Amino acid sequence: MEFFAKQYDIIVIGAGHAGIEAALAGARLGVSTAVFAINLDSVGNMPCNPSIGGTSKGHLVREIDALGGEMGIAADANLIQSRMLNLGKGPAVHSLRAQIDRKDYARYMKHVLETQEHLDLIQAEITDLYKKEDTWFVKTKLEAVYSAACVILATGTFLAGKIYVGDVSFESGPDGMFPAKELGVAVRALGLPIRRFKTGTPSRVNRRSIDFTKMEEQKGDADLVHFSFDPRCKIENKISCHITYTNETTKQIILDNLDRSPMYAGKIEGKGPRYCPSIEDKIVRFSEKQRHQIFIEPCGLDTEEMYLQGLSSSLPEDVQADFVHSIAGLEHAQIMRNAYAIEYDCVDPTALGASLEFLDFDGLFGAGQFNGSSGYEEAAAQGLVAGINAAHKILGKEPLILDRAGSYIGTLIDDLVTKGCTDPYRMMTSRSEYRLVLRQDNADERLTPIGYEIGLISEERYQIFLEKQAMIRAERKRIEKTSIPCTDEVNAILVSHETSPLKKGCKMIELLKRPSISYDSLAPIDTSRPNLPREVFEQVEISIKYEGYIKRQEAQIKEMRRLEKKIIPAHTDYETITGLRLEAAEKLSKIRPHNVGQASRISGVTPADISVLLIYLTKAGEEND
Amino acid sequence: MKTIAAISTAPAVGGIGVIRISGEQAIEIAQSVFRPLSTKKSLSEMKGYTAAFGYVHTPDNRKLDECVALVFRAPHSYTGENVVELSCHGGLFLLKKVLEAVYAAGAVPAEAGEFTKRAFLNKKIDLTEAEAVASIIAAHSDASAAAAVSAKDGVLFQKIQKIASDLVLLSAHLAAWTDYPDDDIDALDFGQLEKTLSTAKKECEALLSTFDAAQIVSVGVDTAIIGRTNVGKSSLMNLICGEEKSIVTDIAGTTRDVVETSVRMGNAVLKLSDTAGLRESEDKVEQIGIELSRKKALSASFILAVFDVSKPLEDEDFALLETIKNKRAILVLNKTDLSAVWQPEILEKYAKKTVFLSAKEGNGYQNLVDAVEDALGTKDFNPYAPMLATERQKVCLLNASGCIEEALDAIHMGLTLDAVNVSIDSAINAFLELTGERATERITEEIFKNFCVGK
Repeated sequence: MEFFAKQYDIIVIGAGHAGIEAALAGARLGVSTAVFAINLDSVGNMPCNPSIGGTSKGHLVREIDALGGEMGIAADANLIQSRMLNLGKGPAVHSLRAQIDRKDYARYMKHVLETQEHLDLIQAEITDLYKKEDTWFVKTKLEAVYSAACVILATGTFLAGKIYVGDVSFESGPDGMFPAKELGVAVRALGLPIRRFKTGTPSRVNRRSIDFTKMEEQKGDADLVHFSFDPRCKIENKISCHITYTNETTKQIILDNLDRSPMYAGKIEGKGPRYCPSIEDKIVRFSEKQRHQIFIEPCGLDTEEMYLQGLSSSLPEDVQADFVHSIAGLEHAQIMRNAYAIEYDCVDPTALGASLEFLDFDGLFGAGQFNGSSGYEEAAAQGLVAGINAAHKILGKEPLILDRAGSYIGTLIDDLVTKGCTDPYRMMTSRSEYRLVLRQDNADERLTPIGYEIGLISEERYQIFLEKQAMIRAERKRIEKTSIPCTDEVNAILVSHETSPLKKGCKMIELLKRPSISYDSLAPIDTSRPNLPREVFEQVEISIKYEGYIKRQEAQIKEMRRLEKKIIPAHTDYETITGLRLEAAEKLSKIRPHNVGQASRISGVTPADISVLLIYLTKAGEEND
Repeated sequence: MKTIAAISTAPAVGGIGVIRISGEQAIEIAQSVFRPLSTKKSLSEMKGYTAAFGYVHTPDNRKLDECVALVFRAPHSYTGENVVELSCHGGLFLLKKVLEAVYAAGAVPAEAGEFTKRAFLNKKIDLTEAEAVASIIAAHSDASAAAAVSAKDGVLFQKIQKIASDLVLLSAHLAAWTDYPDDDIDALDFGQLEKTLSTAKKECEALLSTFDAAQIVSVGVDTAIIGRTNVGKSSLMNLICGEEKSIVTDIAGTTRDVVETSVRMGNAVLKLSDTAGLRESEDKVEQIGIELSRKKALSASFILAVFDVSKPLEDEDFALLETIKNKRAILVLNKTDLSAVWQPEILEKYAKKTVFLSAKEGNGYQNLVDAVEDALGTKDFNPYAPMLATERQKVCLLNASGCIEEALDAIHMGLTLDAVNVSIDSAINAFLELTGERATERITEEIFKNFCVGK
């Protein structure tokens, strides 16, 4: 029989990567929070690849850390191999990626939740969600009722999850967990714009059955970089990944069995991610490609399970075994877990505001895959913002809205709530127009002051941050002032780096502007150089080398923020605004942008509409004076 | 807020034309195109409500017109921002030139009703006017939407789409290559990268020249007829004009100063100046004329260089060819009525179009007309085509072209590809401003369409 169990300020449904950050942010801001998981053994689980970071995702993790989130610290504590991607392609696209021991990571995160003040971690399947007056209620399968002022939906792929393998399909969450079936019915009944998305994961095979001699080894970097700006533990490479390739036989096996794929047979209605196609998709769409690359990633140190990145599939189990065995080194692979596609309920994110609160449901927030995104890092980033904003709502503070010019997190959320998505959204560096400024190396400079102001960054950590910034400024000043004489030694260094020798002396900054001259390479002639940590002189070096580009982006940012500062009142009636085109009024009424900048990015809203809107806002502002 | 500029007097031939510049940078921008006669005070040192007399000049320092500059300082101006009004003498053509210089200095074209809109936003005009302003903007946006629809069928629009698409593909490749470093995406060949960018830049310039063609058809192009003394420049001028504009004699140095006239050749309008012969002279008056003609030759956008086939080429001829090396020019080989003493192959290495002509008898005139139209790109000009030659479009294209140039510079300097890519994206954005799309979305689409990426 139904009974009332407990009242909280915030209830988070789901303890995956989004739910964890949301719950921790709420609790750390001093607000009583509960986080529910269908199974406590699924907390912080990585149901897909055993890695964190990657291009632009690495940026997200560093930003989460700079704001006071947990993911970066947890990744550092549990990584078993790490690489900085894209070295040589420029600092804007450097991205950290680490292989993670997934069981250790999950255990670590669960313990962080368990030991967090103001936070209760509870195992229960939430089956109902409703609002009475100003209070939200959730009901568990065992008919316990909890209440809260704010609820954050972070249901991942659990919500009405359904797994597909060949012609077999069944209701299920990821990794054999129970799905949240009744909650799926409840959110539809509530009136949320729910739709179906699909994703997939490849098979895991036993390490002992792999012939690594037929594969290329991929080692970690020699010098490792922490995800966290507050490095607390030693990090080192403990294991390698391997690379192999599909071949003509693999292709033929898949093509011969396409009719047995639920995707191609039209059984799955969910929209799959473009960026993460199944192997059958890749082979059909890129039939001219001879081979596809497969990464063998270890799932941890105390397990023999190996993840086959690149072989996601929903073909029947026997076909999966056949094509896996056609690949060099995997001829005798023993499959431990088969690949599958999973279809789940998620929401049209344009129903959300930039704070991740639903426009039409006061106190209800969404985060992670539920919002139509994909990826652990994207989920965690949204969880953090949703958690902060739910807490701010309880505390009567203004919501935290991160803009596109300040972070990838802001870009991600702005894309989701302004443009929406038609398939699971993945972060990419190319999605940020300000990427020369939004680098992974300066995430602290961009976000730590905000994290400190919110209360997620400790005083101690903030002081360390301020010292680093002071060192950066001092070193830049020193380089601007230091003169380099025109000597044979100097010119020998310049010539050895294939750049022209000096005719007369110059300031050191002039030399550093040359693309081929690095800070390190000037060490022999820079006699007054203080001993500085890499992350300090790296900032100085980048700021000098890319100065022209950075300045231009900063000018664009200034221009963009002008519109971003013009807030549009929540209850603006666009239909009544004189001069606004019908199409624009419709779009604006749907998206309900937070500010004029966001309004200008809605497709179908023209610069002329924005002018009209500005005039309307100025007029409305005066009339209210 | 960007600084805007526009001609704010009626677009008709009149005594005085005013260009209004408004925005934070108005005074700095005006200062970079305006030089006061009295060098005591620059515009930036002037108080509001004061005026200065001087000259407006182009970015490369060519004097354009006499001008009075009026300075208004925020908030005491029509728009409430810093405003400079440049009152010029000249007709529409010169006024447009001045406006171009103002754009080149950093201003952007004002939208319809934008001065008034700013005045309103800065609370300089009454609330009751607000609705009217909104209606003006709305009407304009309807009109431009209609124009855009008809423009979509146009070749020019398609051309812009094509260049933008090439760049989008390039950017998508770069993005796929950086966003999916673990996928086996072919690294971008620098040679190919450079080639695509250079091609885009050339196409951009070609497009800009078609905008120029519209200008050439409507207002004309500055043209200089130059050549050594007595090669028949004045005869050519007269032939083109069909009337005696210049004095034609056989005595060297008869034409002492620049004679100007506008004539139509096919579709093109040439603003012609005949010049004193390019030779050293002891005669003072003639020297002045020669100096004048040299300057004219250097500043003209289009040059008809005349050579006498009946006499051997001299050092002066070759010096002349060197001077016009980088100019749009046609080499007119005159006096075919006499027997030729040299062959046109000598001029081959200058890679300019040559036309045989007898200015005296008029033989070969049609060839000249064809060559001129060819060089100016006016031959296929269709005056009934949709109005595509707007300043805004030109500014967008110039922007795009500048960004491509920047990307090429970054490559040549050896900067990393992230910087190159940002410049390419800026170029795409400049193009797409004309079609109302956004670069990031187009690029994302393209990545998934063309590259096999992902786990």
